[in-house]
Amino acid sequence: MKHTISILCDNKAGVMTRISGLFSRRGFNIESLTVGTTEMDDKSRFTIVVQGDDSVLEQIRKQLQKLVHVIKVWDIKNESIIEREHSLIKIQVTPEKRSEILQIITAAEARILDSTGDYWTLEVTGSTAAVSSAISLLSEYNIIESIRTGRIALERGVGKS
Amino acid sequence: MKKGKSTGARSLVRALEKMGVEVIFGYPGGANLPIYGALQGSSIKHILARHEQGAAHMADGYARVTGKVGVCLATSGPGATNLVTGIATAYMDSSPILAITGQVPSTMIGNDAFQEVDITGITIPITKHNYLIQSADEISPVVEEAFYLADSGRKGPVLIDIPKDILSSEFLVSNEKEYVLEGYNPTIKGHPGQIKKAAALIKDSKNPVIIAGGGIFHSDAFEMLLHFVEKSGIPLVHSLMGKSSIDSNHLLNYGLYGYHGKVAANTAIVKADLIIAIGTRFGDRSTGPLATYARDAKIIHIDIDPAEISKNVSVFVPIVGNARDILPKLTDLVSLKEIPDWIDLLNKTVVEHPLRKGGKEISVPGALEVLKQVIPDAIIVTDVGRHQMFAALYSDVKAGRTFLTSGGLGTMGFGLPAAVGAKVGSQSLNKDRPVVLISGDGGFTMTCQEIITAVEEKLPLILVVLNDSSLGMIAQLQDEFYDGSFDISNLGDFVKFDKLAISMGAVGHRTETLEEFEKAVRDAQSSGKTCVIDCIIKEEAHVYPMVTGADLLDLVE
Repeated sequence: MKHTISILCDNKAGVMTRISGLFSRRGFNIESLTVGTTEMDDKSRFTIVVQGDDSVLEQIRKQLQKLVHVIKVWDIKNESIIEREHSLIKIQVTPEKRSEILQIITAAEARILDSTGDYWTLEVTGSTAAVSSAISLLSEYNIIESIRTGRIALERGVGKS
Repeated sequence: MKKGKSTGARSLVRALEKMGVEVIFGYPGGANLPIYGALQGSSIKHILARHEQGAAHMADGYARVTGKVGVCLATSGPGATNLVTGIATAYMDSSPILAITGQVPSTMIGNDAFQEVDITGITIPITKHNYLIQSADEISPVVEEAFYLADSGRKGPVLIDIPKDILSSEFLVSNEKEYVLEGYNPTIKGHPGQIKKAAALIKDSKNPVIIAGGGIFHSDAFEMLLHFVEKSGIPLVHSLMGKSSIDSNHLLNYGLYGYHGKVAANTAIVKADLIIAIGTRFGDRSTGPLATYARDAKIIHIDIDPAEISKNVSVFVPIVGNARDILPKLTDLVSLKEIPDWIDLLNKTVVEHPLRKGGKEISVPGALEVLKQVIPDAIIVTDVGRHQMFAALYSDVKAGRTFLTSGGLGTMGFGLPAAVGAKVGSQSLNKDRPVVLISGDGGFTMTCQEIITAVEEKLPLILVVLNDSSLGMIAQLQDEFYDGSFDISNLGDFVKFDKLAISMGAVGHRTETLEEFEKAVRDAQSSGKTCVIDCIIKEEAHVYPMVTGADLLDLVE
């Protein structure tokens, strides 16, 4: 099953290695990992998306919680997740395909960040599924290069996760 | 030096003194020399090991006997990597040690400098936590934090790596920071509701059994366990690490369970309807195949580490916290169980399945019997292998920090240096006890240079090499599972361990009969010196019981 694990931790050198090591030694390939600052100066938050056996992931969650710099770990349930992902897509826009691509851009609520000659760089933000479908639609055309940030997530509701 | 200023190295030594460190086991090198400079005039005694691995095991042995954090010190690069086996050994057995390593100057880190190694990177998976020091003013708070981490919650090793330039640099003492650990709050007190649930399960059980593990040892819960056992009348078995959690000859102690467990102990697990596991992690050497493990039993698991709950076996009532804190509360809630059928069954099993005995010629059980008679109050330290299982099955110890062995990692070479550390630790306590090493010729050879350390420190030690010229456990495994294939277990009789000992300044004995062995042990006991007894085993035999099949009762006796 796919899990979205959120980790609040001290913003210190080496924390990432300690965290990722717990996944890699059990043979888990991390699907995406994002890390960034939070409302607290000295803390960062990781969002890790990983596929794997539930009981093994529960063991990893407990081991993560044992790391000295980790304050708290959540395995966010899918029903209560607010997730966003960001992507940049560079695409070749020939005059004959131009209007089709523009339609996709409108439908996917994408934005054009740069257009240089026949090449446009688009920005898509949304749920992982929304970003995937936008990329899927655009893959009919000539994507030159693309990148995704990976998921960032918080739990719904008033509680501070 | 100007007033109010210190150097990193001085600050380190001062912080160690403040934490009550009396002894450091170490080895010098280029990158940790500033620390040796600062140790000049300190109250801390330095013991020079002859290999950094030895220093780490000594710190471990010291920690296991005293319950205090053991400290070892090495230089950068190879010095640091030599500590790794010792650190991993301490990690697997939750032994609190602090390893301090010198590092190349901070300006050279990452440049493949001479004797540079990323020791914090290497030791992430085998330490509870580690530090690469960035500035001299953080050394003192980091040392305090490291001691707290090593010695609280589930104990374990912590490493501090300090670049040489930071050790030498001056800083203003008033700038020292304080440590904050927001993400580390070990649970100590057991949840009262869970304790009540456990008591109710105990009340309703018919075939209950207690498993005592290394957690009893690390939380010094020996008395609390004894009260619990005696008030409840529940039979007890133990893991390898839990051997000294209760007197070996206590009536309700059915001994070691697991792969080499006693038949009665394994019977207790297989037939139990309730297991009360205390400070044990259901390691694979104990449980055997998980699919058949204690199928009829509900499990109460008392452990300080929440990550151990339901890791290997599924637990019915977990109680997270310190055994020392939980056991008295649980004891209050239980009353004496009337379970005569259950006790009779176990006692009958004990009678029907005695351990194999040695014959007239000297055997491992025979030698262990002599040790038991001559030195009944010993702290026993073992190495790893067949003799270790013999020691776990045949030796008697008193409850307490009296049986030291490398359980989790199974580190050959652990025994001798651990015995050195154990003796240093024992001498620092109110009650000094004799320390007896039970080793094999394979493991003893791996770290035999530490005889020199023992001699230099004038340590009275009885170092027994049960010499069968072979890697016994390997031979046993090959015979049992590999058709006695490729002959790799034969070590030959090249080494005369008595002469080796004498060449290093110790007393050496070579014995070939039980009488000679007993005389040598008595001589060693009265000599007050470091004595090596090369005990030639004439009647070589494998160690049984041994589980060979699908559950803990599918075994060879």
